[in-house]
Amino acid sequence: MTLLSIENLTLAIHGTPILKGISLDIPEGEITALTGESGSGKSMTALATIGLLPKGETTTGTITFDGANLLFLPESQMCDLRGREIGMVFQEPMTALNPVQTIGAQVMETILIHKAMPPDKAEERAREVLARVGLPPDRFPLSRYPHELSGGQRQRVVIAMAIALRPRLLIADEPTTALDVTTQAQILDLLKRLVKEDGMALMMITHDLAVVSDMADTLNVMRHGEIVEAGPTVEVLREMRHPYTRALFEASRHQADLGDAKADAPLLSVQNVSRDYPLPRSSLFGTRPQFRAVKNVNFEIRRGERVGLVGESGCGKSTLTRAILGLEPVQAGQITLDGDPVWQDSHPNLTVRRKMQVVFQDPYGSFNPRHRVSRLITEPFHLLPDPPRGAARDAAIAEALTAVGLKPEDAERHIHAFSGGQRQRIAIARALIIKPELIVFDEAVSALDVRVRAQILDLMANLSSAYGLTYLFISHDLSVVRSITDRVMVMRAGEIVEDRPTADIFASPDHPYTRELMNAAPQLPDFPEVQDAPHLTF
Amino acid sequence: MLGYILKRLISLAISLIVASVVIFVVVEIAPGDPASFMLGINAQPDTVAALRTELGLDQSKLDRYLSWVSGMLTGDFGTSYTYRTPVSQMIADRMWVSLPLALYALTLSTLIAFPAGIFAAARRGGAGDLAVTGATQLGVAIPNFWFAMMLVLIFAINLRWFSAGGFPGWDKGFWGGMKALTLPAIALALPQAAILTRVMRSSLLDILGEDFMRTARAKGLSSRQALWRHGLRNALIPVLTIIGLQFAFLLAGAIIIEQVFFLPGLGRLIFQAITQRDLIVVESVVMLLVFAVIVVNFLVDLAYAAVDPRLRTRT
Amino acid sequence: MSRNLILGGLLTSVFVIAALLSFVWTPDSVEAMNIANRLKAPSADNLLGTDHFGRDILSMLMVGARTSIAVALVAVGIGMGLGVPLGLAAAARRGGMLDEVIMRMNDLIFAFPSLVIAILITAVFGPSATNAIIAIGIFNIPVFARITRGAALSLWKREFIMAAQVAGKTRTRISVEHILPNVANLLIVQGTIQFSLGILAEAGLSYVGLGAQPPIPSWGRMLADAQTMVSLAPHVALIPGLTIVAMVLGLNLLGDGLRDALDPRLKVVRA
Repeated sequence: MTLLSIENLTLAIHGTPILKGISLDIPEGEITALTGESGSGKSMTALATIGLLPKGETTTGTITFDGANLLFLPESQMCDLRGREIGMVFQEPMTALNPVQTIGAQVMETILIHKAMPPDKAEERAREVLARVGLPPDRFPLSRYPHELSGGQRQRVVIAMAIALRPRLLIADEPTTALDVTTQAQILDLLKRLVKEDGMALMMITHDLAVVSDMADTLNVMRHGEIVEAGPTVEVLREMRHPYTRALFEASRHQADLGDAKADAPLLSVQNVSRDYPLPRSSLFGTRPQFRAVKNVNFEIRRGERVGLVGESGCGKSTLTRAILGLEPVQAGQITLDGDPVWQDSHPNLTVRRKMQVVFQDPYGSFNPRHRVSRLITEPFHLLPDPPRGAARDAAIAEALTAVGLKPEDAERHIHAFSGGQRQRIAIARALIIKPELIVFDEAVSALDVRVRAQILDLMANLSSAYGLTYLFISHDLSVVRSITDRVMVMRAGEIVEDRPTADIFASPDHPYTRELMNAAPQLPDFPEVQDAPHLTF
Repeated sequence: MLGYILKRLISLAISLIVASVVIFVVVEIAPGDPASFMLGINAQPDTVAALRTELGLDQSKLDRYLSWVSGMLTGDFGTSYTYRTPVSQMIADRMWVSLPLALYALTLSTLIAFPAGIFAAARRGGAGDLAVTGATQLGVAIPNFWFAMMLVLIFAINLRWFSAGGFPGWDKGFWGGMKALTLPAIALALPQAAILTRVMRSSLLDILGEDFMRTARAKGLSSRQALWRHGLRNALIPVLTIIGLQFAFLLAGAIIIEQVFFLPGLGRLIFQAITQRDLIVVESVVMLLVFAVIVVNFLVDLAYAAVDPRLRTRT
Repeated sequence: MSRNLILGGLLTSVFVIAALLSFVWTPDSVEAMNIANRLKAPSADNLLGTDHFGRDILSMLMVGARTSIAVALVAVGIGMGLGVPLGLAAAARRGGMLDEVIMRMNDLIFAFPSLVIAILITAVFGPSATNAIIAIGIFNIPVFARITRGAALSLWKREFIMAAQVAGKTRTRISVEHILPNVANLLIVQGTIQFSLGILAEAGLSYVGLGAQPPIPSWGRMLADAQTMVSLAPHVALIPGLTIVAMVLGLNLLGDGLRDALDPRLKVVRA
């Protein structure tokens, strides 16, 4: 039975059209997914449903729930519905909870605000519901504060708050995007279980096709404020009538053409490296305890090799990266590039550093917003004893920009004129300009939409064969690493637990943790007939 | 929690020691000899020497610093160069005017600022918000001592509701004392209230944009309920900082306002002492003011821990 | 341009122009006393009336603006000149010894309001406008150090700073080349606010006799002199007071306007 029915919904915020006539039905006891890239309007559809749109909105159409049009319901009645009939889970569990209130108080509030039961009953229900989402009261008493919980545990609390009164509709807006892959799998299982047990409807919003492919009953693919394709998930994914669905699908499972691996002499060598951080003092007069973020790590990268480093948040991969780049000293062991140490006499070794460059994750944060592209990408010239000037400098800029698929004229533009994907190209140009021996890609495609990500991966593969690049590709996502590396290292709790050729690891992972990572990663189904079909039929 | 308090206490002690050294050193480099100043230019050298011994001026600087500090710890602030009476007695009398005045003003300013800030934030961009923001814009621009003069002109001289100045003393009754402090406290409080209102408003507006406020709305809280239940306590953290800072300004402001109302407080004492070059009084009063500010900031640190559980677990 | 910016800019320039003009011309002499003409209400001869010595209040205010602006401006200069480098240095080595020492010193200075510093200095060296400058200036140092450090710390976490480090630039060079230009907007806005607070503080200090000494006219001094005349001739207290309010209001509006124009998210401090 249809629980929620959206008909011809349009939305504009301060006059900018966001949604252009959305229609969809959400039946009871089913999972309805909305997917699409950033800016497609999927989150706004959710916020419109629960009536929490940002200021300056104008809407038309209807959102029918229980016979009432939610768009016209007075605010007091909407408050009554929220939390009781419609619950919502948001993307960022680290900030979704009030930091100064206990988790018990926050779960109980859902119950008490609707005067659903007296306080003592509410407390009992809060314990029950927290236990139901996997936070049993003996280990997670109601008196815990959010900062004492991990991201996954916090997301469980948020879910507990949303389902405390057994709402009929649960909206989940990218509920696992901020979580590690193993945690993501657990949260997705939890959501599926809750839908099954309570018979509620779930509106699931995600950018990740793989996440919904094996959990959603119905799939709505959105683009630019419109639903371009909708239907039962299996059917949509098998038929892919709309080219956009197909493009998304193919980009999600895109394999860059890397070419053959060549491995010559050793280039980077990491020997018995450990890295410690001081923790806050536990007692006033004791010595500061140390946290060993990287534990006795050993590996080598040979010239021409393309190596992946994969691990979940907090595994020490960022710390290791900073040590390799010579930004911080190590407490034990040595890192050398071409035989020279990256850190010498308590200073970074500049002769080594000019052989290494890095591309960061955030295409918006990695450039000084005040400078033009020409100045931004020539920053590494500071490392050279005799940097090119005049025509030679212009030629170097033009070459780097051309190599990454931009035009030499782009040098004179400011960084804000470029999209996220273009910025990442500029970041690569900056890394290439002094022709380094080694490039470190630090989560370099994690912030990009899937189609842009596929293009950047292709660019890396092309550059790698054109320039014979050696690189270290750091990522939390195994599936990205698969297509872009010859060898993968899996890191966990400061140690490298597996280090083998990429093809071997994916064929037969040795270490239980690698297997866990692979099993947890959501997979897109295989539809061979679609891949073979050269053209679409309408 | 205990570790947090202990750490704050140690930093409080260090601040006090450094502050006392700074004050002592500054006063020490003052030109002229207090003994010859007190006795006038015609004094006999042996009389001056005798007085120097009496005042302890012939000891080494370190000894004098240590005896000054240890004296203060036992409540002995030394003897006034001018009046030859214990400084502690002079301070004690005056403190019972200045401290109540500062606290009265702090209470008023908080009582005005909290509702005004919450009111404005809840009606962001509306007429009520504009009125409050406009009033605070004016409030922060008004010098408190001039505002005090205008209050005297209106409420004491024209309307005759209050007396234009002076203080009857607490022994003449609590309410009489409070009445005498009312106009000075208002003059002190209003400009501070304007600042605090702005901080309260902007801090609340920052919190309103937080993710957890949206979570609260999704639970079914109305925007007002979310503001009261989740916004306020989080917004309090920056507001507390400002209240701590403001106490220093209120004490200093009290000294100025006392001049307008002819109140026999620390302000009067210190300005007299400056003209008479009674340096030991200046030194002691300044130390006392700094002590009060440092202690209030310590209390603010404790209040942080009460408001923010994240500080309690961190040691 | 916002209304705040225009109004604030206009008000501020009126006072700056009046102060500059007073060097070459004032409607009347500020030294000539004319007891017969004392405490006159505003009229065509004396646009803003006369004080208890029969001096022209408008002329006194114009010359007084010089003192106020000079004291507040130099005090902001001291605060920025010392506070900004300290804040940059503290942020460049976050959690290091230098950072710790600078932040503790900041906390300590916050315990000494300008008035207390002025009292100490005056007790030792006697009153003067220089004391006011030093007292207000010292108090400005931790204000600038703290906001610079705060803004710089969040910039140090940005990837473009890491990119500059990878490009081999030293921390000092990054501070000057990347951090400073990105905190400049904040410093301009905060500077305007400290300027306005300086005007208020100077008026307070000269009111209690710790600032500029007679015969140098100053706004606070005029109010102190007016105090006993306030029932006889309210304008002698009203006009200088409103002048201070207008100048401070103008600077605050200018600060708000600049913030809105440069970057509305700037975190300025007002205490």
